[in-house]
Amino acid sequence: MSQTRVHRILDALSSKKPVKYTVYTLSTVFFFVLILIPPILGIIVKWDSINYVLSQPELSSRALNAVAFSFAIALFVAFIDLVAGLPMAWYVARGKSRWLSVLDTFADIPFIVPTVTLGYSLLLFWSRSEGISSLFGGSIVSPGWLLVMLLHFVFSFPVVVRVMVGALMDYKMEYEEAARSLGAAPLTADRTVTLPILKPSLVSAFTLAFARSISETGATMMVAGAFENGPVFIQNMKNGWAEGVVSQTTYEGSMVLASFILIVVSCAIFAAIRLLGPRLRLPIKRVWPSMERKLSGAGVVNIRNIATLIVFFLIVLVPSLYVALPAFEALTNGTLNEALTGTGIWQSFWQSMLLSYFIGAVVTIINITVGLPMAVLIARKRFGKAVSTILDIAVTIPLIVPSVALGASLSIFWRENFAFIPELWLLIFAHLSITYPYFVRAMSAAIERISIDLEDAARILGAKPYTVFKTIIFPLTKYSLFAGAIMVFTRSVDETGATLAVIQPGSPLKTAPVLLAKDWVIPFIKNPAAASVSAAEIGLGCGFLILMSFLILLVLRFIVKGGGRY
Amino acid sequence: MPEIRLVNVTKRFGKIIAVNNVSLKIGDKEYFCLLGPSGCGKTTLLRLIAGLIKPDEGEIYIGNRLVNDVPPEERDIGFVFQTFALFPHMNTWENVTYGPRVKALDPEETSRIAHEMLEMVRLHERLDAFPNELSGGMMQRVALARALAAGAKLLLLDEPLGQLDAKVRDALRYDLRKMVKDLGLTAVHVTHDQAEAMAIADKIAVMKKGRILQVGTPFELYMNPQHIFVAHFIGESNFLEGFILDVKSTGSIVELRGGLKIKVNDASKKKGEKVVIAVRPEVFTVEKRGGKDANVLRGTVERVSFEGNNIRYEVRLENEDLIVIVRPSLLEKWLTVGEKVYVRFPADKCKVFAYPSAGLTEELAVE
Repeated sequence: MSQTRVHRILDALSSKKPVKYTVYTLSTVFFFVLILIPPILGIIVKWDSINYVLSQPELSSRALNAVAFSFAIALFVAFIDLVAGLPMAWYVARGKSRWLSVLDTFADIPFIVPTVTLGYSLLLFWSRSEGISSLFGGSIVSPGWLLVMLLHFVFSFPVVVRVMVGALMDYKMEYEEAARSLGAAPLTADRTVTLPILKPSLVSAFTLAFARSISETGATMMVAGAFENGPVFIQNMKNGWAEGVVSQTTYEGSMVLASFILIVVSCAIFAAIRLLGPRLRLPIKRVWPSMERKLSGAGVVNIRNIATLIVFFLIVLVPSLYVALPAFEALTNGTLNEALTGTGIWQSFWQSMLLSYFIGAVVTIINITVGLPMAVLIARKRFGKAVSTILDIAVTIPLIVPSVALGASLSIFWRENFAFIPELWLLIFAHLSITYPYFVRAMSAAIERISIDLEDAARILGAKPYTVFKTIIFPLTKYSLFAGAIMVFTRSVDETGATLAVIQPGSPLKTAPVLLAKDWVIPFIKNPAAASVSAAEIGLGCGFLILMSFLILLVLRFIVKGGGRY
Repeated sequence: MPEIRLVNVTKRFGKIIAVNNVSLKIGDKEYFCLLGPSGCGKTTLLRLIAGLIKPDEGEIYIGNRLVNDVPPEERDIGFVFQTFALFPHMNTWENVTYGPRVKALDPEETSRIAHEMLEMVRLHERLDAFPNELSGGMMQRVALARALAAGAKLLLLDEPLGQLDAKVRDALRYDLRKMVKDLGLTAVHVTHDQAEAMAIADKIAVMKKGRILQVGTPFELYMNPQHIFVAHFIGESNFLEGFILDVKSTGSIVELRGGLKIKVNDASKKKGEKVVIAVRPEVFTVEKRGGKDANVLRGTVERVSFEGNNIRYEVRLENEDLIVIVRPSLLEKWLTVGEKVYVRFPADKCKVFAYPSAGLTEELAVE
């Protein structure tokens, strides 16, 4: 069949209402049945086991404490991320020097370091004798709540910077210029005009940082030590069950209780942010002209920029990459050679890498296929405004479910009802649930930015819906599509918490982060002498993973730079 | 007193020279228009005066003070943006009092000035309205009140009427000028609309490609354009190519294409020089029967269009040059298409320009 023929058939199909609505309905059904329901239903079917936990006061208060810590840390970290990320975004967006685009790329690094590697890296840097602590003759930050906060600060930092740089780039400078022409010092103009106008982006940056902190499991458990937040508590109970220390009911009850509170309270917080956000007014009434003028001076601005850079390099960047340092040793002592030839432990390493990339590719393809109609549905309000709003919120729910709970719940749901489904597919489902929100939100935002007039113009000129999509929507959003696809792919490759929860003990299906966490890093932390890997090998393994992600990131940047703006 | 002086000011954006070695003086209490096609550098020049950008070369003085390194907030200016740039998160009152507030003026004084300004722009009823609840004309008036309430004596306006409907625009023109005059301000107004500039300005600078071609009163620019582009951009002109056949003490003889000859009262060009003569459409007289005089050329009416107050003819001369003639529609009997006519060129109203080295089309291009 020739291409034009296929095109004509698709065109004809796309102008038939039943076909169109079938596609939209199928994508909606797919979303509910495969992505949204399983991670939640798994919790609900085990609802009765909550009683078992509640009947043990000690255990239930431990669960509640852990969850309370989760919220305290998420709120605090999201706030601190804004405070530190905003000057960085400002510096990147407003500066003129060429090296800022390099800095901008560096700011994304914590995002591409696989979370488990990130956790281990921070642990090395801050508290182990191999890290900066050795300079002070001991551990600066021991595993515990402070290190957890540092970790969460680090992995949410790129999110805040990315959102705020984008917002500042799109901001119409005229508002700020008007304020300046009316006599406002730069700081006054930023505070009373620019920030209030950028408030929606501030709110969304805060929300994203908050959601990430609430749900992250893989890295947090690396640095938590004896401290427990919600996800770590669930993971610890799971470990306890695997080691035969606690019963299955206790583990399930704990997971259901902690996840349920995390999900419900997070939803309440998001709803509150959505409702109160627009009404929240930043304090702009009072002005202190002479003080604000002094604070706008070049000296103060330089100090602020230097402080921002110090925080970024010393707290975000260097600790994130510290894990790869022993890789330099590996380059010279023959480990590199062993690694490249796949000798010994490296055979399983490359197998796990292959599995990770295979799952990543499958997940990306499915996301594009089923996520695109959903994005159009939400952006163009095909089923009405109310349905769009509900779908828009529903799509974000998988973001706030702790990844370990998501994996566990999903695994319960499928294993107990559809036992014949192979484990590989469960992994793919888990990764789908985690990555789907990223893709759909990025695409629906991109489609919303295209004026409906363009579509109407194409329709009036005689284009059928499929042709409109192919010739108008796709060319105008393809950069967002590539960006979304690559984001999905890297997120899937780096995912740890949910993957750990899905695979059963002894399963041969180990993705690269799982292999690194379970077989390499954790045994090494427990007892380096007895571990089957050396520090150099871990460094090299993490280095490979980071390097691959970094290459993908560069491709992404190159593509987006190629003309994301119209 | 806000007199503005620019000395050899240049501003580049990468390879583009937006403002090219401009020197200019704007007098105190003058209503001054920067006029030119889009991309001519007029907005850049205004933003240089405001301090929103810094010049690469040259000096800018406001009231004898060198302001090159003075930030906009310390220049004591009011600036009205084309898009108004009203702060979307503040209502009318908060927008208008923003200037006094950030300068920490006395609250009572602030309130008094703001009320006065809002009264002047007739928006006293809409103090609580947010920008998205106001019409274009209202937003423009709030923007103006906001710029004035800060107490500035120098008002900078960037295409302030550009986004408004024709009727609103015409009405606001006169309001704007009256306000500036009543308050004794100096105003610099950027526009690409020559009719607007003519109606509102004491003086106009016509710009093209980063340079100022001519500065003068509307009357001077219309009656005595010093540059062929000015003759084209201000009002309307017919351009006829030719060369100087003979020069006498009282004027010259120009030979047009096809050997047609006309006399002009301009003796400044040399014999044999290639020239363009510019003639306004309303200075021609059209006769059905020609006399023996010079400066009467035969032609055929090709198109007649009724414009209300005027009637516009396009007449093809015997040398194939097409000229546009405008006559008051209600005072004369109209010509008809196909009619043979005699067109009289008044010798004192034909401006002679040297033929531009870049070519006529290029020189007159507005893009």
